[in-house]
Amino acid sequence: MKFHRCIALFTRHMYLYKRSIPRLLEVFYWPLLDLLVWGFITIYFAQFREKLPGFVTYFIGALILWDILFRSQQGISVSFLEDVWSRNLLNLFASPLNPAEYIFSLMVVSVAKLVIVATVMATLAWILYSFNIFLIGISLIPFILNLIVMGWAIGIMTTALILRFGQEAEVLAWAVGILFMPVSAVFYPVSVLPSFLRALARLVPASYVFEGMREVVAAGKFPLSDLLRSSGLNAAYILFALLFFNWIFKMVRQKGLLVKIGE
Amino acid sequence: MNGTVIEVNRLTKLFKSLRAVDDVSFKIYQGEILGLLGPNGAGKTTIIHMLLGLTTPTSGEIKIFGLNLKKDRKKIIQDVNFSSSYVSMPLSLTVKESLRVFARLYGVRDKEKRITELLKIFEIEGIKGRTVRQISSGHQTRLNLAKALINNPKVLFLDEPTASLDPDIADKTRSLLKSIKKDRNISILYTSHNMKEMEEMSDRIIFLHRGKIIAEGKPEELIRSFKRKNLEEVFLKVAREEKE
Repeated sequence: MKFHRCIALFTRHMYLYKRSIPRLLEVFYWPLLDLLVWGFITIYFAQFREKLPGFVTYFIGALILWDILFRSQQGISVSFLEDVWSRNLLNLFASPLNPAEYIFSLMVVSVAKLVIVATVMATLAWILYSFNIFLIGISLIPFILNLIVMGWAIGIMTTALILRFGQEAEVLAWAVGILFMPVSAVFYPVSVLPSFLRALARLVPASYVFEGMREVVAAGKFPLSDLLRSSGLNAAYILFALLFFNWIFKMVRQKGLLVKIGE
Repeated sequence: MNGTVIEVNRLTKLFKSLRAVDDVSFKIYQGEILGLLGPNGAGKTTIIHMLLGLTTPTSGEIKIFGLNLKKDRKKIIQDVNFSSSYVSMPLSLTVKESLRVFARLYGVRDKEKRITELLKIFEIEGIKGRTVRQISSGHQTRLNLAKALINNPKVLFLDEPTASLDPDIADKTRSLLKSIKKDRNISILYTSHNMKEMEEMSDRIIFLHRGKIIAEGKPEELIRSFKRKNLEEVFLKVAREEKE
């Protein structure tokens, strides 16, 4: 892995964010809209706070954390699509850049993007709803890292599928992340799910993150077992995603599909 | 002519039952421009993609600088570059920013000096601050060529490089490519549908038809062997025979 090539690709995306309105909307507009709509719903439901303590923290906190996962995934798959839309993919892969450097660079891009998104959302939540996400405590950090890694795994898998099935599959860049939402226990506990979805939720790292966050808020305890389960699953998924991408990359070179998506 | 730079042995590419490239062998020598000629679907672009490692051959061997492309692609590709009229630079970046990105990718030393040099050579200094999306297709082609030379390559693959240029700029580009080839002794693999351009540019031409080499030689030799007046007539004969 050569660092200068990763910097090159990272710089390419930072140049893009500097002047692309659609990409800036992704960073500011959608998170702001999410926060406004769901924030006001939260305020409305907050009148029942005696029955459900910590409701505001659950809801707005969950919203910000979900956005971290979603943006982390999009940081990979939409950045890849950016090169497809620009017809620039072949220029990149005809250079000494290898697939591992490409994926690593997109991971860094996704972190940069979600740092901005999370800062914007946390600041707005504080201004609009006097909600301070950092009150949840330092325990949030390892959970956030887990959400980022899960976002990467989904993003890498999605990118591999778009490489394989072409631009017609680009809708996956937005759809696949959302697919995990019902079984991630973002706004409700896993226990409300029917048994078959509960079993599925146990395989989703984000479900442990959101359950863990609720435990921190409700009981003030650090749920180590949730963190370990989430980390274990994520380690397996990210490894699988990288191997899957590598396999698909070889396959699209054999089938001549890399040049088709790149032109 | 100097030593062999590219050696292709029995290269074949199958896409399911279609033989896109069929048992093709050729060499490119140092400082030579080899033209790949043939109707659409003859296999020209597939050969370039295989030489860049973007498409994996079904069988056969590619050696560049004496190294096997399959094993040593990393080493080889550092001294190779390409330009295609079907591939673009990042649309939302400025001309200068996009060259900066590729200078970093190829690990070019003294990036800014090299970029300034290329902007001057291709006469695109005046648009260096404009985004790729905003510039004309002629300027985009020149930018692609500037990118192709960013790493001072020893081998250049040019897939229809003058396709969207007006006659004046196309002529300037050809002169420029010839002078670069002469000054730096680089080897160029060239494809174009402009037969006059192929005659003018190529030291040697390989004529492809349905993935196979059907003729090979200097432009004037090809014209003689097909008993035609020029390369365009040779091309038309082959292309029309295919339709019949």
